[in-house]
Amino acid sequence: MRLVPALSMALAALMLASLTVGAANVDLRGIFRDPQAMLVLLESRLPRTLAVTLTGAALSVAGVLIQVLVRNRFVGPDTSGTAEGAALGLLAITILAPTSALWLRMGAAALGAMATTALFVTVIRRLPPREVMLVPIAGLVLSGVLGAVVTFIGWQTDLMQYVGAWLYSGEFSGVIAGRYELLWIAGLAAGLAWLAADRFVILALGQQVATGLGLSTAAVMRLGLLVVSVVTAMVVTTVGMIPFVGLVVPNLVSRIMGDNLRASLPVVALAGALLVLACDLIGRLAIHPYELPAGLILGVLGAGLFLWLLHKRPSHG
Amino acid sequence: MIQIEGVSHHIGTAQILRDISTSLPEGRLTALIGPNGAGKSTLLRLIGRLEPLQAGRITVDEHDVARCPTGCLARVMAILGQQTAIASRLRLSELVGFGRWPHHQGRPSADDHARVAEALDAFALTPLAGRFLDEVSGGQAQRAHIAMAFAQDTPWLLLDEPLNNLDMSHARALMVRLRGLVADGGRSVAMVVHEINYAAAWADHVVAMKDGRIFATGAPAEVLTEEVLSALYDASIRVGQHHGRPLVLHHA
Amino acid sequence: MDRSGWMLAGLVALLAALSALWMLQGLGAGNRGFVLGLRAGKLAALVIVGAAVAVATVLFQTVAANRVLTPSIMGFDALYVLIQTTLVASFGTAAYAGLPAGGKFLSEVAVMTALACLLFGTLLARGGRDVPRMILTGVILGVMFRAMAGFLGRIMDPSEFAVVQSVSFASFNRVNADLLPIAAAVTALAVGLALRMAPRLDVLALGRDAAVSLGLRHQALVLAALALVSALVAVSTALVGPVAFFGLIVAGLAHALARTARHRVLLPAAALIAACLLVGGQWLFERQLGQAATLSVVVEFAGGLFFLYLLLKGRIR
Ligand SMILES: Nc1ncnc2c1ncn2[C@@H]1O[C@H](COP(=O)(O)OP(=O)(O)O)[C@@H](O)[C@H]1O
Ligand SMILES: [Mg+2]
Repeated sequence: MRLVPALSMALAALMLASLTVGAANVDLRGIFRDPQAMLVLLESRLPRTLAVTLTGAALSVAGVLIQVLVRNRFVGPDTSGTAEGAALGLLAITILAPTSALWLRMGAAALGAMATTALFVTVIRRLPPREVMLVPIAGLVLSGVLGAVVTFIGWQTDLMQYVGAWLYSGEFSGVIAGRYELLWIAGLAAGLAWLAADRFVILALGQQVATGLGLSTAAVMRLGLLVVSVVTAMVVTTVGMIPFVGLVVPNLVSRIMGDNLRASLPVVALAGALLVLACDLIGRLAIHPYELPAGLILGVLGAGLFLWLLHKRPSHG
Repeated sequence: MIQIEGVSHHIGTAQILRDISTSLPEGRLTALIGPNGAGKSTLLRLIGRLEPLQAGRITVDEHDVARCPTGCLARVMAILGQQTAIASRLRLSELVGFGRWPHHQGRPSADDHARVAEALDAFALTPLAGRFLDEVSGGQAQRAHIAMAFAQDTPWLLLDEPLNNLDMSHARALMVRLRGLVADGGRSVAMVVHEINYAAAWADHVVAMKDGRIFATGAPAEVLTEEVLSALYDASIRVGQHHGRPLVLHHA
Repeated sequence: MDRSGWMLAGLVALLAALSALWMLQGLGAGNRGFVLGLRAGKLAALVIVGAAVAVATVLFQTVAANRVLTPSIMGFDALYVLIQTTLVASFGTAAYAGLPAGGKFLSEVAVMTALACLLFGTLLARGGRDVPRMILTGVILGVMFRAMAGFLGRIMDPSEFAVVQSVSFASFNRVNADLLPIAAAVTALAVGLALRMAPRLDVLALGRDAAVSLGLRHQALVLAALALVSALVAVSTALVGPVAFFGLIVAGLAHALARTARHRVLLPAAALIAACLLVGGQWLFERQLGQAATLSVVVEFAGGLFFLYLLLKGRIR
């Protein structure tokens, strides 16, 4: 497959573009002679570009995992209550211990995300098994209910501004050096998933096959839950939830190259990074010098893609 | 008479019916037979204007199905589809009562009530009249749907697999009643049946379909032969005789 | 009087009692006229919104032959918000604010009715065989409309953060008082028409095949009902914002209490139940608990849980 080199080249090109686009003019050719430009590059452009890339890649991988966990293609980390769970955790720690250290807040977010995702998976397992479309509906409603709780607590405690930034904005304009590094953890978690790719493929084949092959499904499920929660929690904490990436990218890639995750996860990550980076660039250029949040663009674009996936004729059969 | 001329039907890219022309005689009980997926339901739904006509022409007693207002057609034919599940929670008497709707448009008269009672009685539903649809068995619900079509009191009755879920005695009772409607009431019935022997025992006219085409038509004695049935169902089928009518033997 | 008559009378009496309580309780000595006027306005708004949401939901459930749907779950209110934003964007904020409130509202209702009939009429006609896919499509359309509204809002006013937020939450507190007379008129008209259609709606509820077989002009009635739904959703959204799940509770209660499928009973019962819930709930939360903002969240939360419960019981149809 020549997909990986092609996507890598495209991503590299977009990353270069991302380094040069912004309010201040940065000319990469003269960068070493211009300390001012160097500063902008290192403090703002490079962190932002990395943040976008990491977010897109990690969220897409998390999307694959949640789809394996509930064995349904039409869900993503943004429609499983995961982001709302992270926000709940963050709210709890902010209210209970406002001055706590960063790693504590991170932990709280990840724990919250894990709890609600586990709830989602439990709910799904009780649904009538043949109703494929019920799963995403249940996920969307669960997200809605949890979102109502988060919003309510946010209003009551005057933290609505944070809630808005975590759940409803999804933008990268605030990213500077020192404020995005948590996303590397998300990237690492996604890498961990790749190491266990074969296990997830077997898990997707169902309980019976997995047991027959001697795989402990519980352990793999816990790993999947952990990765999804950590990725989502880091994204929510640093840039705010980005909708639809984790949902559409795995579907698109799976259509082209199937579900052998060891081969396809890198492609998923690259494609996710590419998509989010493209949206971020559009957001930066559309109403220059103002910015549109990448999350907003993805809300429209991703929903359109999803509707297409939902209604396209099956490619065979 | 129901006249079908050059009817074809597509769903997506799949051709379901291919250039069908035939007629269903008036004052007769017509049985539609054929393997699963032959297009029987589709044809019946097209006649009953549940599906818009794509090509060709269908008339029911001179009413063009594609042109005639739907309210007018509802007084010419009653159709009971294969899928009868409904979302609202109705009592059996209420459901059957809707059969009178084409006649009163929401303001039932004493005559309408009487006919509903008659229909309930005819299908042995009077003791269950006050129950909700989800509180009766599948066969009882099926009888209620048939009773509703019956209460509509139309010259034509189109039924898609009405014997589904019915036990032997209710199935026979239904056939006897339909036979009576045709013989004494001057009505016409077209029905899809899977159990060939019901067609053999009660039908006047048989239409056999296969792969979206008419495979054979005619009197039961002409259509229900070993040769036709074996080719129709792609299986070797033996046919005997019983009281002068064909009897299909399942034990090969 | 039969059972249904007694039930409706009881509901009317309950609503009257709650209204009296709302108007008169804790009425101090000073400035009675002012306080009464204020309370009367809010009471009217609550009753109108209740009736609009309830009738819209029952109508929609009948059209869709489905008991777990509400117009809001299917994206109706998001469509209204999008239309509003689009109109503001195309006329310019200042120019649009200058137009008379009533005329603006009526033209919004007209556009909404046309678009909703087109969109959801097609969706319902196509989705008959695959209900869950149709629901999911509606939900995603809602997400997309909301994102597009946010998108337009951002382009109009890039510095504005609140746009995206204000289209996401309902509040029974900040009622748009200018619109009350016209909203009352639209609601009364729509409810009246719905009651006139009641016998035909009873037939429609039997499902498409049975209704056509009985000679109902199915397509025309579906479009008429959808038009009423659109107008009613426009009323409730304009007054208080989107309420996704409230209608679900109300319609469920109405079906349970009325124990009949006759719309002549169902529609008024649902409207009365909704009005009682809103007036009683607002009284409880605002006057007794001092938590004016809470009602909408509690209502949404309870409605969302009820929806999940219905899903888990497999009651999707
Ligand atoms: N909604 C549909 N989409 C695609 N194909 C359909 C649909 N409904 C029916 N068909 C196909 O049309 C053919 C005829 O169906 P039908 O008329 O129900 O057959 P029958 O009632 O004779 O068993 C079958 O092959 C069936 O698969
Ligand atoms: Mg059939």
